Amino acid sequence: MRYRNDLKWSDVTPEASWLNRRQLMAGGAAAASLLAAPRAFAAGYSTDETPNTFEEITNYNNYYEFGLGKTDPAQNAGALTTSPWSIEIGGLVDRPGTYDLADVMAMGPIEERIYRFRCVEAWSMVIPWNGFQLSHLLDKVGVQSSARYVAFETLYRPSEMRQAGNLLNWPYREGLRLDEAMNPLTLMATGLYGKPMPNQNGAPIRLVVPWKYGFKSIKSIVKISLVADEPLTTWKNSNAREYGFYSNVNPNVNHPRWSQASERRIGGGLFNSRQDTLMFNGYGEQVAQMYTGQDLTKDF
Amino acid sequence: MQAVNQALRRVPSWVVYPLGLLPFLWLVFRGVTGDLGVDPVKEVEHSLGLTALQFILGGLVITPLRWLTGINLIRYRRAVGLVAFFYACLHLLVWLVLDIQLRWGEIWSDLVRRPYIAIGMVALLILIPLAVTSNTASIRKLGKNWVKLHRMVYVVAILGAVHFLMVVKAWPTEPLIYLALSVLLVGFRLYHLFVVRG
Repeated sequence: MRYRNDLKWSDVTPEASWLNRRQLMAGGAAAASLLAAPRAFAAGYSTDETPNTFEEITNYNNYYEFGLGKTDPAQNAGALTTSPWSIEIGGLVDRPGTYDLADVMAMGPIEERIYRFRCVEAWSMVIPWNGFQLSHLLDKVGVQSSARYVAFETLYRPSEMRQAGNLLNWPYREGLRLDEAMNPLTLMATGLYGKPMPNQNGAPIRLVVPWKYGFKSIKSIVKISLVADEPLTTWKNSNAREYGFYSNVNPNVNHPRWSQASERRIGGGLFNSRQDTLMFNGYGEQVAQMYTGQDLTKDF
Repeated sequence: MQAVNQALRRVPSWVVYPLGLLPFLWLVFRGVTGDLGVDPVKEVEHSLGLTALQFILGGLVITPLRWLTGINLIRYRRAVGLVAFFYACLHLLVWLVLDIQLRWGEIWSDLVRRPYIAIGMVALLILIPLAVTSNTASIRKLGKNWVKLHRMVYVVAILGAVHFLMVVKAWPTEPLIYLALSVLLVGFRLYHLFVVRG
């Protein structure tokens, strides 16, 4: 069972409100409808946990192209030019090409998805993303039958990003198995809190894979390739003993640096912010069946 | 140098304690004013650990400084070491109470499975006998053995810097600088101990 659609038409946000969502956001008086409208739209995929604040989400980032400290991206990512932006989509697809960002964003309906986000460093947040399902994009470009994986690349632009050193093997690269990429949870995110994606969070477009550790959710994507073999991924390439290709959130797979059994929720209380980490970050119902027969302690 | 040492003679050694408390008070101030960022626990934990390492290295600078420049800060060294111990204890306390939040099962598995945690813990355990024997009575009683015992701080400096390096992903510059400083300071002492003095 992929997922259960328990949505009713009454759950759908009126199109007028949806199209005007940014104005609704902007107007302080519209605060009530802001809470009501996008939530209903996102029902089924979104968690009802309280999202972290915009402040928290935009001032605590791992984006090594802009520095190693958690606040470095907020300070340095402003230098990144995100317009014009295009994505090269190629490999085993029927309609390869360089697509303008606007065309990519039109490939699927933009929704709000409130997802848990679990970093491999054992902290977590709840983030209200805006984006569309990667599956829509893949359907639009036509995946050929020989394709088994999807490879992603972040922008490489040393004039605006700190990619000069050999901290990691730039550009940053990530990948998913095709079924993972097609899972309805997998999102191409273009904003959060109804605002365009802030640069430090991976503007203008990034991947969000909520059942995997955060580093799988690659930022500022310029290239998507459909391939036959497991693609190179940056952290596995940097340290294969610690970071696997799958990197599913898994409290039972030990990591040499961080206990993955529990996590600290950013913005939680001083003494009770630590909570148990859930298998697949709590998304087992939607994703566990993709891994039947696989030993996840080996395919970590 | 004579003038510097003479001026220093008028500065009592206890001033190191209030000065050493300043980083702690600064953290408290930032906490009260909400200036510790999005994840205050990590910020406090990291700050306390880093301050501990800085005081450990500060204590190791005193003797080479005297050899190289003649400036004699030796009577401040006990206080510098005790301040380092204070920060190391707070660092452990914050990890236990605010970070891992007294989940003893996970604490135990962290100690066993995560080398950087074990390394940090060993460094702190070594500091305990050094702190306990930092009084004048112990120095008299232990004699030559006191000097030998307190050379263990070389091990602490290296372990502390390795602990810092291992907690981060990839190879960032800051912990590498601390490790280089530790190796340099300890190497300097070992060189003097085994080569110069034979």
